[in-house]
Amino acid sequence: MSELNKLSADALAGKLASGEVSSVEATQAHLDRIAEVDGGIHAFLHINTSEALTVAREVDQKRAAGEELHHLAGVPIAVKDMIVTVGQPTTAGSKILEGWHSPYDATVVQKLRAAGMPILGKTNLDEFAMGSSTEHSAYGPTRNPWDLERIPGGSGGGSAAAVAAFEAPLALGTDTGGSIRQPGAVTGTVGVKPTYGGVSRYGAIALASSLDQIGPVSRTVLDAALLHEVIGGHDPKDSTSLTDPCTGLVDAARQGALGDLTGVKLGVIKELGGEGYQAGVEARFQESLELFRSAGAEIVEVSCPSFSYALAAYYLILPSEASSNLAKFDGVRFGLRALPEDGPLTIERVMGATRAAGFGPEVKRRIILGVYALSAGYYDAYYGSAQKVRTLIQRDFDAAFSQADVLVSPTAPTTAFKFGEKTADPLAMYLNDVATIPANLAGVPGMSLPNGLADEDGLPSGIQLLAPARQDVRLYRVGAALEALHEAGWGGPILDKAPVLKSSQLGGVK
Amino acid sequence: MTETLVPFDEVLERYDPALGFEVHVELNTVTKMFSSAPNAFGDEPNTNVNEVDLGLPGVLPVVNRAAVESSIKIGLALNCKIAEFCRFARKNYFYPDTPKNFQTSQFDEPIAYDGYLDIELADGTVFRVEIERAHMEEDAGKLTHMGGATGRIQGADYSLVDYNRAGVPLVEIVTRPILGAGSRAPELAKAYVAAVREIVKNLGVSDARMERGNVRCDANVSLMPKGSTTLGTRTETKNVNSLRAVEFAVRFEMERHAAVLDAGQAIVQETRHWHEDTRSTTSGRPKSDADDYRYFPEPDLVPVVTSAEWVEELRAQLPEPPAERRKRLQADWGYTDLEFRDVVNAGILDEIEATIAAGASAAVARKWWMGEIARRAKLAEVDPVELGVTPAQVVELQGLIDSGKINDKLARDVLDGVLAGEGTPTDVVASRGLAVVSDDGALRAAIDEALAAQPDVADKIRGGKVQAVGAIVGGVMKVTRGQADAGRVRELILKTLGVEG
Amino acid sequence: MTEINRDDVAHLAHLAHIDMSEAELDRMAGELAVIVDSVKSVSEIAGPEVPATSHPIPLSNVLREDVVGQLLTQEQALSGAPDAQDGRFKVPAILEEN
Repeated sequence: MSELNKLSADALAGKLASGEVSSVEATQAHLDRIAEVDGGIHAFLHINTSEALTVAREVDQKRAAGEELHHLAGVPIAVKDMIVTVGQPTTAGSKILEGWHSPYDATVVQKLRAAGMPILGKTNLDEFAMGSSTEHSAYGPTRNPWDLERIPGGSGGGSAAAVAAFEAPLALGTDTGGSIRQPGAVTGTVGVKPTYGGVSRYGAIALASSLDQIGPVSRTVLDAALLHEVIGGHDPKDSTSLTDPCTGLVDAARQGALGDLTGVKLGVIKELGGEGYQAGVEARFQESLELFRSAGAEIVEVSCPSFSYALAAYYLILPSEASSNLAKFDGVRFGLRALPEDGPLTIERVMGATRAAGFGPEVKRRIILGVYALSAGYYDAYYGSAQKVRTLIQRDFDAAFSQADVLVSPTAPTTAFKFGEKTADPLAMYLNDVATIPANLAGVPGMSLPNGLADEDGLPSGIQLLAPARQDVRLYRVGAALEALHEAGWGGPILDKAPVLKSSQLGGVK
Repeated sequence: MTETLVPFDEVLERYDPALGFEVHVELNTVTKMFSSAPNAFGDEPNTNVNEVDLGLPGVLPVVNRAAVESSIKIGLALNCKIAEFCRFARKNYFYPDTPKNFQTSQFDEPIAYDGYLDIELADGTVFRVEIERAHMEEDAGKLTHMGGATGRIQGADYSLVDYNRAGVPLVEIVTRPILGAGSRAPELAKAYVAAVREIVKNLGVSDARMERGNVRCDANVSLMPKGSTTLGTRTETKNVNSLRAVEFAVRFEMERHAAVLDAGQAIVQETRHWHEDTRSTTSGRPKSDADDYRYFPEPDLVPVVTSAEWVEELRAQLPEPPAERRKRLQADWGYTDLEFRDVVNAGILDEIEATIAAGASAAVARKWWMGEIARRAKLAEVDPVELGVTPAQVVELQGLIDSGKINDKLARDVLDGVLAGEGTPTDVVASRGLAVVSDDGALRAAIDEALAAQPDVADKIRGGKVQAVGAIVGGVMKVTRGQADAGRVRELILKTLGVEG
Repeated sequence: MTEINRDDVAHLAHLAHIDMSEAELDRMAGELAVIVDSVKSVSEIAGPEVPATSHPIPLSNVLREDVVGQLLTQEQALSGAPDAQDGRFKVPAILEEN
C-alpha cells in the first residue's frame, strides 16, 4: 500500500494543491490498492479505472494551467451502487438491474464531476439498501477489513469497507435507517446522514422516499465535512430539497478539532443504551462521555419515550414506500426481463416472473410487508399509525433539543457480527438499526464516528451524534472535537489499529 | 354478442336513472405535470420524454406551477371550493403504460371540491349538476396493440409503448350522483360534457378537442326501480370520446340495464367499453388490482398550499363565463330565445361568432350554419362543426350571392364543391361554371321561348296581372338550368311585355 | 398472534406482481406474521389526537416553472429496454388468448 492511500482526503488535497502529488498518482494508488485487496474485501461491484484516470489527468492539466480548482479536485471517491452514474453500471446490488446503465447522472454525481473528483467505482450494498450487513447483495457480501469473517455493516458496507481498507479516501452512501452510520460504526470510519433534504436525492434509487438521504463516508470528520459541502445544497429536481446553503461545515470541523466544547450541552438518550447493548460498546460510550466532559461539555440525560416504537414505525413506513418505489422494476423499460416457465406469455405473467427472478428474499419480504401495510383495511392501523409515531418521535426530539445542543448514543448495539449470524432471523437483523432509525423518521442529521475498540472482541465501536434539523454544523464541531480527543489518546487514527490485510487472507484476489 | 335492450320509453316506465361522470381534461401546459419534458404527443415515439417520464431508477417528480394554476381556474369555473392545503397521492397498480407502476394523483385531498354546474337543456330547462371534486393527476403512455386482426387489445400478439403522453397533466372532474334526470338523462349527459368542454376551452387551459382525447368522459349509469331511493349497481363506460357518443352510451346502458334487471338478474359492477361503430358497449376486463390501489401520500412531493391572494389573483384572470357570454352574444346578435337556443344546441356558437367576425351579418351567419350546413351535418351524422366548413368560406359564399355572381340555389352547388375539396367558393364557381347567366341576349332568347310556351300567361301579364310573371320566370329558370338571376329575368320579362313592374 | 395465511400472502404477492412457489408462500406467511406482530404496537400509542407526519421537514408549494428542460433521445430512452421495436418499448400481449 502506498502512503498516499493512508492520507485523509484533506491531506491528499493539500499535496495535490502543492503539486507534491498528481491526481493521476493518487488515483492510481487507490486503483492499485483495490486490485490488491478487493478480491478479499469485495467492496466494489464495478471499478471505473479508465474514466477515473482520465478525470485525474484532466484535473492535473487544469492545475498545471493555473485554473482555479475545488479543494477536493483530483481526490478520488467511491460511489454506492444505489446512486446512478453515466458511464458505469448501476445495480442497487440487485439482479434485476444487472448491467443496467443510467442515461443520466444523479445530482450528487454531477457535483462530484463539477468538483473534479475521479470516481473509482461503484460500491456494494444490501440489495436496494435493504439490510444491515451487506449479506443481502445479489453479488456476494462485502467483508469487514477488521475481520474478514465479519460483516461490514449495511446497507452501505461497500462504501464503509472501501474507506476502511484504504481503497478510497472518500465514498458516498445512502442512509434510510442507518445505512451510512451503522457501517461506519462497525468499520471504524465516519459516516454522516445529513438533515433530510440537505442533499439532493435525485438519482439515488429510492428505497423509502421520506427517509432516504445521501451522505458522506470518510475516515475523518473534516473529510466528511469537505465532501458534505460538495454534495449538499438546493436541487430544483428534488421537491424535498432544502433551500438552505450548505456552508460552515468545514469551518465547524476545523474549530471543533481544537478540542474545546465549553458551553456545549450534550444529551444522552436514556432509551438508547442498556439492555441489548454489548458491554464493550457501552464502555467505549462512557469513555467518550468522559472525554466530552474533559473538553468542557455539559452532559445531561434526556428521555425519548417514543423511541421504543421507532423500529416498528420504521418497519412499516419503509416497506410501504419501498413496495411502491420498487414497482417500476417490471421488465418493461429497463433491467431484467424473465419469462414464465410455462403457460401463456402475457405482460402480467412476465412482470411476475421478472420480479420473482430479479428480487432476493429480503426485498420480496419487505415488498410483501409493504403491500400488506398499505392495503385497504390495514392502512390506518399500520401506515397511518406509523406516521403518527413519527410525529411523536419528532416531539421527543424537540423536547430533547430544548435541553441539549447535540444528542449522543452508541451508533449500533454491537460490534460487527459474523456472516450468517442473523440472516435467518429478520427481526434480529432489524435490531441493528434501533439507534439510527429515529433520526431518519424525524429528518434530523446524524453522524457516527469511531470511539474505540470493544474489549471483548477488539472490533470498532461507534458513537452517534444527533443534531436538530438544519443544524448539521453542530455534528461537525462536536464530532471533530471528540475525534481529536480520542486520537490524542490512541496516538493516531483508529484504523492504525486495524490488522494489516495479508494477501494470504485475501483468497480469490483477482 | 348482441345485448338484450329495453326500448327507452319502457325503461322510464319502470326505472329512474342515476348518472355520474368522470371527465378527464388534458391541460395544454408547455411541459408535463411532474417533468420538464414537452407536453406534446403524436411526435416520434419516445422523444418527448426524459428520465422522469420513463420512471427510470432514481428520478423524482416536481410539480408544474402552470398545471396547478390551470386546475385552480377549472375549480373556480366549476364553482368549487379551492383546498387551502392538498397533497398528491400514489395510486398503485401495474400496467405497462404506467411507467412507475403507480399514478401520481390526488386521493382524499383534491385541489377543488364541492362545486356545481347549471346545465341548460335544449328546451331551456336548467339542471344543476353537483361537482364532487376536481383533482390533478398525470396521463399514461400510449399502447399500440400489434399482431391481432383488429388492432384491439383482444387477440394482439404483443404491444408497443410510447411514453410521450406519459405525465401529461390531467384534471379529473367528478360529479356527485345525478338523480332525477329521467328521460332527459342522455341529453343531460351530452349537455354536461359539452358544458365542461366549453368551460375549459374558454379558460384557455385545454385545447378541449374531444376527437384528440383532450377531453375524455367516463360515464357511470345505474337504474333504480321507480319509487326506490337506493342507488342501483352502476357500470362505468370508459373513454366516450364525442358528445354524441356520450348521449348514445348513456341511452344504451339504460336500455341494457333495464333488460338485465327485467330478467331478474343483477348488474355486474364493471368497466364497459364504448364502440362507436356499433353504438354499443361491451364488458371490459376487470383490472386485476382494481380492488386495492393502496393509496398513500406521495412522499416525493410536498403539499400545495393555496393562499387567498393566490386564488383571487387567478380568479381575476378568469375570462367571461360561457353562460354570461351567451347572454351577451344573444343580445348583440338579436336572435330570439328559440333561435339562440338552437344555435347553442347545435354547438356552433363559436362558428357563428367567427363568421360574424369575418364580416357576415348575424342573420346571414345563422342562415348558413343553421340551414344548409346543419342540414348536411345531419345527413352525414356528424356535428355541424365537424363538417369542415370554415367561417371564411361562409362569408365568401354570401359575398358571391350578394354581388349577384351566384344565386341561393347555385350556392348550394358551390358548397358541394367546397366540401369535395375543390377549393374556395370562388374556385368552385369558376371550375364548375356555376355563375348566373347575366348575358341579356341569352336571357332574352330564353324569355321569348318561355313566353311562346305560355301565351295565355303572357296575355294575363299584359292585361295587368303582374303577379303572373312568376310562371314565366320559372320557365326561364328551367331553360337556363337555374343559372339565371331571377330578379333580372323578371325585369326583362316585364320590359319585353311593356308592363310597369 | 397475527394470522396471516398462505392465501393472504398469495393475494399480496399477486398485488405486488411477484410469482411465488407454494413453499415460498408458506415461508413468507410465517415470517410476515412474526414481523407484523412486532410492528403492530404502533397503533397502541398513536391516538386520534396525534397528527400524521408524511414529510420529516415540512415544506409546501415547491413548484416548477412551465419551461421545457433536457430530454432524452429516443435511443437513450430505449437504451435499457429489454425489447423494443419501431422506437417503442415492446411488451408481450396484455390479454391471454381466449
